Amino acid sequence: MTAGTCADPATLEGLAWLGCYLSTGKHMMFYASFGTVLALLAITAPLALALGFLGALASRARLLPLRIIGKTYTAMVRGVPDIVFFLFVPIALDQGLEYLRHRIKCPDWTEPVRRGADFVVCPAAKLPLSSTPQIWHEAYGFALAVAAFAVVFGAFAANVLAGAMNAVPRAQLETAEAYGMTQRQITRRILIPQMWTYALPGLGNLWMILIKATPLLFLLGVEDIVYWARELGSAKTSAYSFPHPDWRVWYFLALLLFYLGMTKLSEVLISRMTASLARGQATLGGEARRKAAGA
Amino acid sequence: MSSCLETVHDYGLRALGIGERILPKTDITLCEQVTLIGSGMLWNIYFGVLALAAGFFFANALAMAKAARSPWLRRPAELFIFVFRGSPLFIQFFLAYEALVLLPRSGIEFWGLTLETSWLTRAWAGALIVLFLNTSAYSAEIFHGALMSVPRGDIEAAKAYGITGWSRFRRILWPTMLRLAWPAYTNEAIFLFHATTLVFFSGFPAYRQKGDALYYASYFAEKTFNPFISYPIVAGYFVVLTLAVIALFGWVNRRLNRHLPGARRPRLRIRPQIIR
Repeated sequence: MTAGTCADPATLEGLAWLGCYLSTGKHMMFYASFGTVLALLAITAPLALALGFLGALASRARLLPLRIIGKTYTAMVRGVPDIVFFLFVPIALDQGLEYLRHRIKCPDWTEPVRRGADFVVCPAAKLPLSSTPQIWHEAYGFALAVAAFAVVFGAFAANVLAGAMNAVPRAQLETAEAYGMTQRQITRRILIPQMWTYALPGLGNLWMILIKATPLLFLLGVEDIVYWARELGSAKTSAYSFPHPDWRVWYFLALLLFYLGMTKLSEVLISRMTASLARGQATLGGEARRKAAGA
Repeated sequence: MSSCLETVHDYGLRALGIGERILPKTDITLCEQVTLIGSGMLWNIYFGVLALAAGFFFANALAMAKAARSPWLRRPAELFIFVFRGSPLFIQFFLAYEALVLLPRSGIEFWGLTLETSWLTRAWAGALIVLFLNTSAYSAEIFHGALMSVPRGDIEAAKAYGITGWSRFRRILWPTMLRLAWPAYTNEAIFLFHATTLVFFSGFPAYRQKGDALYYASYFAEKTFNPFISYPIVAGYFVVLTLAVIALFGWVNRRLNRHLPGARRPRLRIRPQIIR
C-alpha cells in the first residue's frame, strides 16, 4: 500500500491526512458533544415550558402569595442578566441539596456548615457521593445545568404565556362565566386551548433564543462543543500525532455555521407551524390563509 | 465605617487598574464585595454605552440598506443581520478573539506605516467591536420592521405636499420610523447591557484582573464558596442600571411622541429578549 494509514499520520498528506485527523477519538467526542447540546435542548424545552406554564398560571392566581410568587418569577429575568442566573442557580441548587441531605443524614453534626470561606457537609451528604463513578459526577453536573436552563427559560416562557393568556378575548371568558363554569373549568376548557395561537410567535422566538443559549453550557463546566473546539483547535506540537498550528478560529467558524443552520431550520419549521395553527382562526393570519386558499 | 471608606478608596476604581493591585483573598467583607463589583460595573456601562451609541448609526444605515431595492445593498445587509442575529453572541466573541489573535504580532505594514494590532485582542477594543456589530444587527432588524410599518397615509400626505427625496426621508419617514421602533429599541438597549456580562467569560482575558461586575462576582463566589451574596449584589446593580435605561429611554419616547394625543402614545413595555 502506497498511502499510509491513520495509524501512521506522519506519512499522510492532504485530504487523506485531513480525513484521518477529523476521525480521531477526540474528534468523535467533539461530534458526540453536539449530541449533548441537542439533548439539553430536548430536555430543557419541555421542562421550561412546564415551569413557564406554572409561573403564568401562578401570576394570574387569586391567592395573593401565589400571585406574588408568579409575578416575581416572571419579573426576575427582566432586570437581571440571565448569565447571573446561569452562574448562580447550579451552585445554589447544589449547596441547597447538600445542606438538606446534611440535615437529614447527619443530625448529630454540630459544627456549622459555613466556616469562613468553606462549605462543609458531612461525607454522607455529598452529592454525588465521592465513591460514585465518574459518569455520575458528569451526569449530576449536566442535571444542574439543565436545572439552570429550565429555571431561566421557564421565567421567559412564563412571560410569553402570561401575555398569551391576557390576549385571549375577555368575551370568551365572560361567556364561559355566563354558562356557569367554575374558574377552574374556564381555565382548563377555554383559556388554555385558546392561548396557544397567541403564544406561538413568542414561544418560537424563545426556542431560537434557547438554541443560541446552549453554548453557555461551557460556563457551567459541561464538556460541550465550545470546550472541545478550544481543546482540539489549540496549537498541537509534534509531540501529538497530528501536529497543527492554532486552528481554533476554524473550529469556532464551524460552530457558528452549525448555529446558523439550526436557526435557519427552526425558522422554516416555525413558520410552517404558525401557518397551520392560523388555519381557521379569526386573526389576520387566518384570514390571509383563507383568501390564499380561495384564490 | 471608616474601613469601608478605605475599601472604596482602594477598590473603587480597581476595574480600571487604579488602586490596590491585589484583590481581597481572605476575610472578604460585604463592603469589599459591593465596592469591587460596583467598580466592575464601569466596564458594563462602558461597553453598553459605546456599543449602543455607535451601533445606532450603523443600524440605521443597515436598515436602509435592507429596505433598498438594489440587491447589491439589500443582500449584504440581510446576510450581515442574519449572521449576527442567527448565531450566539458567545460564539461570536470566541470567534472574534481567535481571529484577532491570529493577526501578526508585529503589526501590519501599510504604506510604510506600522499598524499596531495587539490592542485589538484586548477586551476594551475587541469585545467592543463585537458588541457594536451585534447590537447593530439587532437594532437594524428593529428599525427595518418599523420602517416597513410606517403608515402609507404619511407617505401619501408628504407626496401631496410635494415633499420628496431626502427631505421626505429626514422629516417624515425617519422620525416616524424611530417613533415606532423606540419601544423595541429600548428593549434592545436593556438586553445589550445584560449581554456585556458575557465579555470576560468568552475568550477575552481579564488583563490584570480588570474585569466587569460579573467577573468579580464569580471571583467572590469562588473564593467564599457562597453564591448567595455576590450574585444578588450584581443583580441589584443591574436592576438599578435597567431602571436608569428605562428612565432615559422613556424620556426620549415621550419626546418622540409629544405631538400625539395621550391615548395614542405608545408606552414602553419591557419584554425579555435575553441571550443573543
